[in-house]
Amino acid sequence: MRAYLLRRLWQSALTLVLATIVVFLGVRALPGDPALAFAGEERDPASLAAIRAQYGFDDPLLLQYGTFVANSLQGDLGRSTRTDIPVTEMLAAALPVTLELAVLSLAVAIVIGVGAGVLAAVRQGRPAEWAANAVALLGLSVPNFWLGLILILYLAVGAGLFPASGYVPFTEDPLANLHHLVLPALVLGTGLAAVVMRQTRSSMLEALGADYIRTARAKGLGPGALIGRHALRNSLVVVVTIVGLQLGGLISGAVVTERIFGLPGFGKMTLDAVFQRDYPVIQGVVLVTASAYIIVNFLVDLAYSLIDPRIRVAGAAT
Amino acid sequence: MTGTQLGAAGAGTDGVDGPGRGTPVLTVRDLSVGFTTEDGTVSAVDAVSFDVWPGEVLAVVGESGCGKSVTAMSLSGLLPRAARVTGSVLLEGTELVGAGDRRLRRIRGDDIAYIFQEPMTSLNPVFTVGRQIIEVLRLHQGMSRRQAADRAVELLTLVGIPSPARRVGEYPHQLSGGMRQRVMIAMALACDPKVLVADEPTTALDVTVQAAILDLLRDLGRRLGTAIVLITHDLGVVADIADRVVVMYAGRVVETAPTEDLFDTPRHHYTTGLLGAVPTAGRRASNGRLQEIPGLVPVLSEQPDACTFADRCPAASDRCRASRPPLAPETTDRTVHRFACWHPAGHRADLAAEPPVDHQERP
Repeated sequence: MRAYLLRRLWQSALTLVLATIVVFLGVRALPGDPALAFAGEERDPASLAAIRAQYGFDDPLLLQYGTFVANSLQGDLGRSTRTDIPVTEMLAAALPVTLELAVLSLAVAIVIGVGAGVLAAVRQGRPAEWAANAVALLGLSVPNFWLGLILILYLAVGAGLFPASGYVPFTEDPLANLHHLVLPALVLGTGLAAVVMRQTRSSMLEALGADYIRTARAKGLGPGALIGRHALRNSLVVVVTIVGLQLGGLISGAVVTERIFGLPGFGKMTLDAVFQRDYPVIQGVVLVTASAYIIVNFLVDLAYSLIDPRIRVAGAAT
Repeated sequence: MTGTQLGAAGAGTDGVDGPGRGTPVLTVRDLSVGFTTEDGTVSAVDAVSFDVWPGEVLAVVGESGCGKSVTAMSLSGLLPRAARVTGSVLLEGTELVGAGDRRLRRIRGDDIAYIFQEPMTSLNPVFTVGRQIIEVLRLHQGMSRRQAADRAVELLTLVGIPSPARRVGEYPHQLSGGMRQRVMIAMALACDPKVLVADEPTTALDVTVQAAILDLLRDLGRRLGTAIVLITHDLGVVADIADRVVVMYAGRVVETAPTEDLFDTPRHHYTTGLLGAVPTAGRRASNGRLQEIPGLVPVLSEQPDACTFADRCPAASDRCRASRPPLAPETTDRTVHRFACWHPAGHRADLAAEPPVDHQERP
């Protein structure tokens, strides 16, 4: 088990390094010049050169990358070329917003997705399954931004049940904070819920047909224990995998959703930074996002072994 | 629906076929099972009747598709909803066919317990074996977690699992096939059932392990007074541990007798066919080959008024195809031997006298 953990950690670190290289080169491959964006109207070569020199954009690429890595390791991600605020400060402000949105969306996705998936499997071939399938198809097909706009139009502006946009920090007013996040979490969660639902349904069907379910029935267990205990636990591995894999989609979905609901999270920060060619901010955002992705996948691997004891042994054996 | 075969045979309701003492724990009469599928109905079991006495091992044998497992599952209503079950299954006088789900759940695992073929897949891979035993104890015996955990260790000891206190915390994949089947037996015996239905319990196991598991089953059945209904296609297993045998073919009981009688004097040609297909050291068919029964078990959409074995039977006549032979008894001084055949086979000695013609050994 320990060897397995070490190997996974090493792989994670390697992935992270690769991610920094890709984003570092990717940002610089974009058309556009941060100095131009920063200088605005003042375009004389001298001031442009000064800006480039100040942020190190005139150094050779390798040196720039080396500086970026060395500074990152010391917790310094540079300063925004647009606002001159340290990137770490911006991240610290935006991270909780996106994190909260992601967690709430996941909760929405899991509650709706697993619930509907189990229902569809248990009521196979009956109206409840058709309904669940139809809703899942709808959830997959409807684009985030459209659903967001519709919800704002009817639930926020029309019915006035929720605020249409904006954000209140949790520390200031927890209730208002949640109130602001209900609609964004719904929008972001439904797409994932549809994916989770379909996976839950198919793995649940497989589990329900397994020999151990026959054994459990022969023991005299009722439907609650059969489905909730014996079958669901066996289906969860698949669900956890999907949730882990879908995290990427969740992050990119957050960009759009945050934009629509005016949330000051990672999404908004990324968009602004890309438009401004704000290299340090883009790098910082991607670094943190990649780290989050890697950490979540690591946790997913650990979750497997908690859910299914056979995986624990397989991991330990290698 | 055909009439009660036992009744028609004039044997009364029960009490004749078994050991002849006490009352049967399980009485099955005219049990029929049909399935409604997209391609129409399939008759899987047709008017099956038998009794099981406490402490005895009753083997139900036949090829795949003969309705053995369906019969076993229908005893406690374990078949899917698509199954139509008629007839009667009495557990100590209580009717189980048509009983409510709640009532059947109380009986399953408590009065009627099951062991299945694949110990590999029949245990839930994500729970420790202890937890799976504890679950059934808490469900039916209302034990506390602690009591049930202690009892689980006792049960593992009972079925001969070494260092049970450690094994109780292990997962199925950490145990060998034989150990897993022992766990299944422990789980099945947890609530001291009156009837244990063992559906091909040794088929998936190594030959060396099979004997040990069979010994364990017979031993525990005798000691605890549990009646065992053993579903198998393996006549070697039958000879080893069964007291009586029910031979099924295409959903019907075609012959039933005490084990010794059946092996000595099989009367139905299906039974002789099955026996002929068993390899035996020392006994060689004249051409040195095992005899097989030609053809396959038919899938019937309805039960014909004919012998369903006629198409594969060496002794079949027009009569066999025109009317169904009743399961008629032949009583000797001690035992009852029943068979449904118009042209019953004789003793095994007679069979040996009429082997298939073999040209090569002829001088």
